[in-house]
Amino acid sequence: MEPAYIVVDGNEAAARVAHTLSEVIAIYPITPASPMGELSDAWSQRGEPNLWGTVPEVVEMQSEAGAAGAVHGALQGGALTTTFTASQGLLLKLPNMYKIAGELTPCVIHVAARTVATHALSIFGDHSDVMAARQTGFAMLCSASVQEAQDLALVAHAVTLRTRIPFLHFFDGFRTSHEVMKIAGLAEETYTSLIDTDLVAAHRGRALNPNRPVLRGSAQNPDVFFQAREAANLYHDAVPDAVSTVFDEFAALTGRRYELFEYVGAPDAERVVILMGSGAGAAHEAAAALQTHGEKVGVLVVHLYRPFSVRHFLEALPASTKSIAVLDRTKEPGAVGEPLYQDVVTALQEGNRKEIDVIGGRYGLSGKEFTPPMVMAVFAELMAAEPRRHFTVGITDDVSHLSLAVEEKWQEPEDVVQAVFYGLGADGTVGANKNSVKIVGTHTDLEAQGHFVYDSKKSGAVTVSHLRFSPRPIESTYLISRANFVACHQFGFLEKIDVLGIADEGATFLLNSAFGPDDVWDKLPRQVQEQIIAKKLKFYVVDGASVAKEAGLGGRINTVLQTCFFALAHLISTEVAIGAIKKSIADAYGKRGEVVLQRNYAAVDASLEALREVPVPSAVDSEIEMRLPVAAQAPDFVQRVTGMIIAGKGDLLPVSALPVDGTFPTATAKWEKRDIAPEIPIWDESICIDCGRCALACPHAAIRIKVYDPAELATAPDSFKSKAWKSKEHAGKNLTVQVAPLDCTGCGVCVDICPAHSKEIVKHKSINMEPKLDHVATETESFDFFLSIPEMDRSDVRVDSIAGSQLLEPLFEFSGACSGCGETPYVKLLSQMFGDRIVVANATGCSSIYGGNLPTTPWAQNAAGQGPAWSNSLFEDNAEFGLGMRLAIEGQQKMARRLVTELAPHIGELATELLEADQGSEEGLQKQRDRVQSLRTVLESVDDPRARRLESVADYLVRMGVWIIGGDGWAYDIGFGGLDHVMALGRNVNVLVLDTEVYSNTGGQASKSTPRAAVAKFAAGGKATGKKDLGMIAQSYGNVYVAQVSMGANMNQVVKAFAEAEAHDGTSLIIAYSPCIAHGIDMSTMMSHQKDAAQSGYWPLYRYDPTAEAVGKPAEFAAKEGRFAMLARANPQYAASLVEQAQADIDNRWQLYEQMVHVQRTAVFEEEGDDE
Amino acid sequence: MNLASNYLGLGLANPIVPSSSPMTRSVESMQRLEAAGAAAIVMPSLFEEQIEHEAMAVHAALNFGAEISAESAGGYLPEMDDYNTGAADYLDRLRAAKAALKIPVIASLNGTSPGGWTLYARIIEEAGADALELNIYLIAAELGRNSAQVEDDYLQLVQSVRNSVSIPLAVKVGPFFSSTANMARRLVSAGADGLVLFNRFYQPDIDLDTLSVVPNIVLSTSDELRLVLRWMALLHGRVDTSLAATTGVHTAEDVLKLVLAGADVTMMASALIKHGPELITSTLAGISAWLEARDYESLDQARGSLSHDASPDPSAFERANYMQALVEYASER
Repeated sequence: MEPAYIVVDGNEAAARVAHTLSEVIAIYPITPASPMGELSDAWSQRGEPNLWGTVPEVVEMQSEAGAAGAVHGALQGGALTTTFTASQGLLLKLPNMYKIAGELTPCVIHVAARTVATHALSIFGDHSDVMAARQTGFAMLCSASVQEAQDLALVAHAVTLRTRIPFLHFFDGFRTSHEVMKIAGLAEETYTSLIDTDLVAAHRGRALNPNRPVLRGSAQNPDVFFQAREAANLYHDAVPDAVSTVFDEFAALTGRRYELFEYVGAPDAERVVILMGSGAGAAHEAAAALQTHGEKVGVLVVHLYRPFSVRHFLEALPASTKSIAVLDRTKEPGAVGEPLYQDVVTALQEGNRKEIDVIGGRYGLSGKEFTPPMVMAVFAELMAAEPRRHFTVGITDDVSHLSLAVEEKWQEPEDVVQAVFYGLGADGTVGANKNSVKIVGTHTDLEAQGHFVYDSKKSGAVTVSHLRFSPRPIESTYLISRANFVACHQFGFLEKIDVLGIADEGATFLLNSAFGPDDVWDKLPRQVQEQIIAKKLKFYVVDGASVAKEAGLGGRINTVLQTCFFALAHLISTEVAIGAIKKSIADAYGKRGEVVLQRNYAAVDASLEALREVPVPSAVDSEIEMRLPVAAQAPDFVQRVTGMIIAGKGDLLPVSALPVDGTFPTATAKWEKRDIAPEIPIWDESICIDCGRCALACPHAAIRIKVYDPAELATAPDSFKSKAWKSKEHAGKNLTVQVAPLDCTGCGVCVDICPAHSKEIVKHKSINMEPKLDHVATETESFDFFLSIPEMDRSDVRVDSIAGSQLLEPLFEFSGACSGCGETPYVKLLSQMFGDRIVVANATGCSSIYGGNLPTTPWAQNAAGQGPAWSNSLFEDNAEFGLGMRLAIEGQQKMARRLVTELAPHIGELATELLEADQGSEEGLQKQRDRVQSLRTVLESVDDPRARRLESVADYLVRMGVWIIGGDGWAYDIGFGGLDHVMALGRNVNVLVLDTEVYSNTGGQASKSTPRAAVAKFAAGGKATGKKDLGMIAQSYGNVYVAQVSMGANMNQVVKAFAEAEAHDGTSLIIAYSPCIAHGIDMSTMMSHQKDAAQSGYWPLYRYDPTAEAVGKPAEFAAKEGRFAMLARANPQYAASLVEQAQADIDNRWQLYEQMVHVQRTAVFEEEGDDE
Repeated sequence: MNLASNYLGLGLANPIVPSSSPMTRSVESMQRLEAAGAAAIVMPSLFEEQIEHEAMAVHAALNFGAEISAESAGGYLPEMDDYNTGAADYLDRLRAAKAALKIPVIASLNGTSPGGWTLYARIIEEAGADALELNIYLIAAELGRNSAQVEDDYLQLVQSVRNSVSIPLAVKVGPFFSSTANMARRLVSAGADGLVLFNRFYQPDIDLDTLSVVPNIVLSTSDELRLVLRWMALLHGRVDTSLAATTGVHTAEDVLKLVLAGADVTMMASALIKHGPELITSTLAGISAWLEARDYESLDQARGSLSHDASPDPSAFERANYMQALVEYASER
């Protein structure tokens, strides 16, 4: 029976097999593997059974390490068990993988291979993660395509049962995991034929069972460990033949044949490229092209990488082979060569084929494009007189000169439809394109492929969809470079992105435009006009927004543009296409309600009437220029490097342009004028009440306030607005609330929070959203002037008040976080209050992405060049990472203080002042900074090596704070162990938990912070357990300052909590309620939601200060217990002090409980005034 | 005492019908009303606007954030098996009520689109409703549309629903027509089997603290009865249709007044919310007692006995009533 064709991505293809063949699935979110867990959870939630009729148990763990432990346990319990992961997640599973393999346990781990973080994190695909697993004893099976991701998943599950060797089945992250392809599905009989039920029973028979007890997991000594380690050799040895057998059986069942090492190319090839993974597609195309010119070349693709079968390898390699280039998608610094290279060299040595020359190269790290011309360059290198033994391909390495020059141009066959779509993140373009791939894939004989590229911003992000439709199987595993159809779904992109650079001559260009065919030409930038004329493009417009609005879909344009694509691409008849689009709409949205379908149908039906061809004039006449990626006054690095990345030309940067150690300048977001808001807030100074809430609430630091001497206004532009500042302390000053028009994302939070409205028209507030085009010119001028007004002296500002905090310069500005993000207002506030003297340890998550994803960073600097110094280590270790920073700072502080003491004779009175300075206020801090400056001057003339040392640590004489920032996925789950330990240590670090109650960055999976009854991914049926009370856990230590805050509920409390946390000489924990797009709310109202959360008692607000007076008697029982007594013997003094503290613990706990009675359960706005 | 009444062709034991309100939302509550003596039940309205809003809100929530980044390509909320948008929940309750109750169950519908009215009317009929009440809630706020156009909207709507269902059809309207009497006749011509007078629209209020417009639901009082009373009297016997009186029906006296004026049934909501289902029992007793004390044979005997046509002073229902009230008011000062 021929199974139906299906259109799926690699993750779904593999997950379907895994779910069908498992009883227990332990999951944890990590890009790009998360969808495998999400789908499994959803299928089980829906009651979809496995092959044996039971519904797999899907359980989310606290980390990948936890998932691996659960997998190990389930396997020991006799369940067929699987898990999914990638990158750091796989690394966290390694210890258990050794155990699982050492115990000969059938198991499959499916991996969407992803870069392991080194100098930087990257979510994209390479083999650095799986290569770290090759010593575990797992067999490693690699899929190079979506079809293989399905087929080899099944093979892995079949062979693991037959051999008892666990399998790591992997495919390239994003390139394969997220590529949507038409593939042949699997028939149930294929499953039943390959999966031996007796072997399942045998696996179960080995389970731990008190009816036939065994001991497993013993500890062994030098006498026998070694022998026992060798005892399983025959099992590992049997894997290659077993895989080969299953490949044969699979071929008989499906007609699809795989080999351990798959050779494609000239039978008499002399030059062979060896690689594994998705690069195989590009390699095959390149080799085929070269063969047409008579070149004797071929490609050997590795499927079974571990165990590496020398015999099968040699059998697959043409006897005529003279030279080999091995391509590794990973880097092993310091090794003779990368892993696959070394295996090939060793295999040839062992196989007595030493005459073959082997060179090795790296390609495709972090998902770097890998194209046929690159492969051609590799084949060319093999022909060189003296080929480079080690090389890279795909980059320009002007430092170590390892890179191959790639010169060939590549032209895909004319009959392949190559369509590229530029959309806005979340405008539905990607979803519609996935549907289009499905429609073509299922309604025609054409093969179909969809690949989707996102930029790294979460607001105003650009998505680029690459769709191929071909009469032949598609192996092109790289982006389209010459499209015969280009659609731009957002008119505004034309000035920012070179949308038509990708268009081939004679291509069709579809533009979503509010301007009709007669008006649109004049609105196009010059460069766009030029390309339309030069490339002889067929140019169409459709007013998607109007059609969608008319149909009742708001501004959702995706189905309109999709319909137009089908009308213009002629892949299928328009009638069939419309029917198919409607069918896909019904499939996708059917459950949401009839009206959703009807409105989408209406949009589809109205689309073609709105589609218009634009007559193209013969000459370019536009004076509109495309924007520069960064402003002309940006610093050199930003111009040279950042600007290229912003312009989408990062691939062209040579090695020398990049820092060697991952260190980048801060304060760069301000150079990236993203200009994404259709409406911006405009201030009406006549009704402003000077409260500062708009600025505090602004997630993007795009609303600023400044108080200044009215004399500054002398040079102000006419449009600049100003009003008298109502303040007793600062009489005679003026105030301005200013929008940064090109940085604003248009979220509307400022308007929602503004409490001042007009007496005449209630809806008119002191700040109102208005069309940007009406204001952008004057507001840009005003903002520039605003920036030129001197910042207020920090010493003159009441830092711990709402308005006061907003008079401080934000050192976190213009992040690419989601429009209306609930996290960033806290981060920005932190930067305002302490940004000039803090280091930040940032857990991986949203905050590390909007904080540190290239091209730019919102972390900024003041005029003196001071600002937060920021780093991200991992997801799981952030508390420890920050603690380490603290220890280093304290060490250097101690050294500095000691040296000041020692050098006091040289330094004089200043030494005492430096050591005894009160740094509890901004004024005190400024004075200490001045003293350090004086110290440096004094030290210049001190001829003593200690003076030089003091110079290197003098900065540390000024108080420095460590802020540990992360989300709830980190604090409640994966990083909780470390956070718990750091809190227990009580050192002076400040922890800010941006609690979105969900894993926001990976797409909204449940965490232990997710409240009961909420749905989230991995909790598709609604979360059945309650939210963990992290604050209570922290308070149980007794010495941790804990505050649970919510900016929308009580801004004053937030500011106070930040100030108190920073002042607390010990560990502080602030749990900050952070609405997220995962909450399913209108983000413009996120502050109002916070108020509701607090007022309903859902999110109680409190500040717990452990320095409140301690009362009580010593704990006498401690002396009676060995665990305390041991210390009393060993170190009596220290033990005594600890016992004293232990008593304080008890007393404080009493106090805590008393205080808990007074937890604020309401948001008290009346108390928010600055006078409190 | 024989209190038998006939409404929309449905033979009822008495003239008290709990109208569309929270009291008729759950089957349990409806059963309590039946036990207390309700002659029929009008379920709360199925609001097409609400259904559409919910479906579009689900749609928006699932789309929101989807494809926002490479890491959340699939959107933030998981796809569920069923969002229970649409009329399913309403129809389930209707079916359950039909199964649990012996008295007739009248469904109520508030549509927004012509297609919506007929679509939902049909599925309500299929679900087994004994009759359908069209709860027409049009605020004629558009400056460009005149009264004739607005009235045509009403009539077309009634006609289209009439053409798509065969169960009895009641039309519940407000009192704000230039010619209520004429409109009543045209609604009946368009296919209404009964008129429910009058819809009591939720009216907005202003919160002076927050300076916001808030919906304000105030329960009715007996004082509001008289508008209905007039129109019962004016229409009884003059328009060939069932007449249901609603708004301000709180006591046995209220029911008696309305029946004397010509109501076939009287509908209660606010009074039941205030006093519970048992109010029906005591009201029925009060009605019987009044009739018995005056030797009526049945309620039907009294029905319409003080209608416009039957009243010794028909003009009292027209102009004089107003003048007299004015005089009295002035003299009291």
